[in-house]
Amino acid sequence: MKNTLKKAGYNKVQKQMNDVFLQFTAKLVFFIVIMFSFNLFFAGHYTPGGGFVGGLLAAAALILLLIAYDRKTLESMVPIDFRLVITIGLVFAAGIPTLSFLFGTPFFTHQHTYVEIPVFGEVALHSAVLFDIGVFLTVAATALLIIVLVGEADE
Amino acid sequence: MTTNILPLLPIMIPFFAGIIMLFTGQRPLVHRVIATISSLLIIISAIWLVVLVHRNGTIATFLGDWAPPFGISVVIDMAAALLLLTTAIITLFTVIYSFQSIGVEREKFYYYVMVMFMISGVNGAFSTGDIFNMFVFFEVFLLASYVLITLGGTKIQLQEGFKYILVNMISSNFFVLALAYLYSVTGSLNMADIHTKLEGFEGDYSIMSLLAVVFLFVFATKAGVFPLYFWLPGSYYAPPMPVLVLFGALLTKVGIYAIARTYSLFFIDNVEFTHQMLLLLALATIIMGSIGALSYADMKRIIIYNILIAVGIILVGVAMMDKAGMLGAFYYLIHDMIIKAALFMLVGFLIYRTGETNAERLGGLIKIHPITGWMFFIAALSLAGVPPLPGFYGKLFIVQSTFANDNYIAGILVLISSLVVLYSVIRIFISAFWGEDMDFSRLKPVKSDKLLFASIAMVIVSVAFGLAADALYPMFEMAAQSFYDPASYSNYLPEVE
Repeated sequence: MKNTLKKAGYNKVQKQMNDVFLQFTAKLVFFIVIMFSFNLFFAGHYTPGGGFVGGLLAAAALILLLIAYDRKTLESMVPIDFRLVITIGLVFAAGIPTLSFLFGTPFFTHQHTYVEIPVFGEVALHSAVLFDIGVFLTVAATALLIIVLVGEADE
Repeated sequence: MTTNILPLLPIMIPFFAGIIMLFTGQRPLVHRVIATISSLLIIISAIWLVVLVHRNGTIATFLGDWAPPFGISVVIDMAAALLLLTTAIITLFTVIYSFQSIGVEREKFYYYVMVMFMISGVNGAFSTGDIFNMFVFFEVFLLASYVLITLGGTKIQLQEGFKYILVNMISSNFFVLALAYLYSVTGSLNMADIHTKLEGFEGDYSIMSLLAVVFLFVFATKAGVFPLYFWLPGSYYAPPMPVLVLFGALLTKVGIYAIARTYSLFFIDNVEFTHQMLLLLALATIIMGSIGALSYADMKRIIIYNILIAVGIILVGVAMMDKAGMLGAFYYLIHDMIIKAALFMLVGFLIYRTGETNAERLGGLIKIHPITGWMFFIAALSLAGVPPLPGFYGKLFIVQSTFANDNYIAGILVLISSLVVLYSVIRIFISAFWGEDMDFSRLKPVKSDKLLFASIAMVIVSVAFGLAADALYPMFEMAAQSFYDPASYSNYLPEVE
């Protein structure tokens, strides 16, 4: 935002932009969006959703913060190296299907079981969720990395 | 157990190598070691695959344990296995070649990671048995190649990279379009299943001829067939040599492989139209490539136009689609992958050593680099197809097949193109290695032991392939069989009632 203003000819831009409305709403909406992204992620197995959409939405939530504040604030809020997140995501996405080699089954073979958990009752455990976590992390971090890098370019 | 794991190794090893390299961060030395080791591992798994396929026939694994026509299958027949092995050998030597030529800056910015991801995609496209999955693997290696062509960000790279991205994106869109057509016509995406369905179909096939045109449009753009090769000479000229080695040796060949697969499995009815069209375009490609190869003095450009000639020659064999034609096409395909890599490496060495790309400004280099000079000579003869060297067998079978099918013009054009190829490459040899001495003080003192090791090794691989061509004949017969007799490819599917 600061750069956009500078380009538009505003020479004196304060160090911290104070757009109260945007910043306040962003804080609230951030949690709603990120919760919805988790919801989509877990809904993915039987209903529409999944790692890809969830990841995009999580990235969108963080980009909202990036727009409302600036990059430094985002980094202090989420002190993670996105490159590392992409790599970890790839490890999950590629490693989990490969684990099925250990069972002698074809690549990508789905393993699942049901367990009893006191409060929730019967819960299904799927190896597909682990794969989807990989997709989620990779997509979210890639989208964020691209936006941050493009935004960085004009500084 | 091995049938489940082994077919995926050539795809997964480079992928995991890429991930491990990402974890180690920007450390070129570590990347080099990992890239070399993983290339060696791919070679081992590919050799194992060739042996196993030779012994037991086609290996197929069904991802996720889904029943064959519905899930994605990875099918390795002899054709795929041989291509995987060739790809792996080229990868190893290109990685070694990159050590001293690509530059530390590019190495830091994940050059080897992208090479490995690209190899993963190329191997996937060779080994998948599902046409949509083939599209996905095309995208995997194209995305990596977008990075490789622009990595470094020099002006010419960005300019040509943009064209490359645009052309490939458009053709990928048409790929999806063609797949949608195909699915709505046949109701299946498994290539073997589509073949069995079409073979048993009694009705009107005319829509398949339309599909043949759309598929040819897509793959011709990737393979660089006339008239859709326009992007190739410019885009391939831009990236640094090791990238050019990979692109020239592998990427166009994936397009050719895809054409051969689809034209043998899907377009079996209206052959007079589809294969005749392919033949005409192949001949036009040979002619345009010859004109290009003769008209430049720039070493890189001459070899790039030689890619086009080779694409044309292989496709002439594919268009014949009989035993001799496919056998020739396959011999020539493998030969061309190896020899193009060798020639690009040798030309790259000359460019790095002298800083010149124009062959006419060089001269007398044989006094300083005698071994390299004679290796270049052997590579040139091999490219043109002089007998004991491997190009000969491919051309022999292709010409034999064209004459057997009364396509005399095609046969004669292939023979004339050999002369053009020989002339264009020997011209580089004569002006660079013989002739008046250039000013030797202008030579750059580059470290070149690994460059020379890789390029000479590729020439030796090519010569060995030529000498062993007779012993390898049964394997190539198997490989060709899955094209001219597609039923032998599709019989891995269990019988459906």
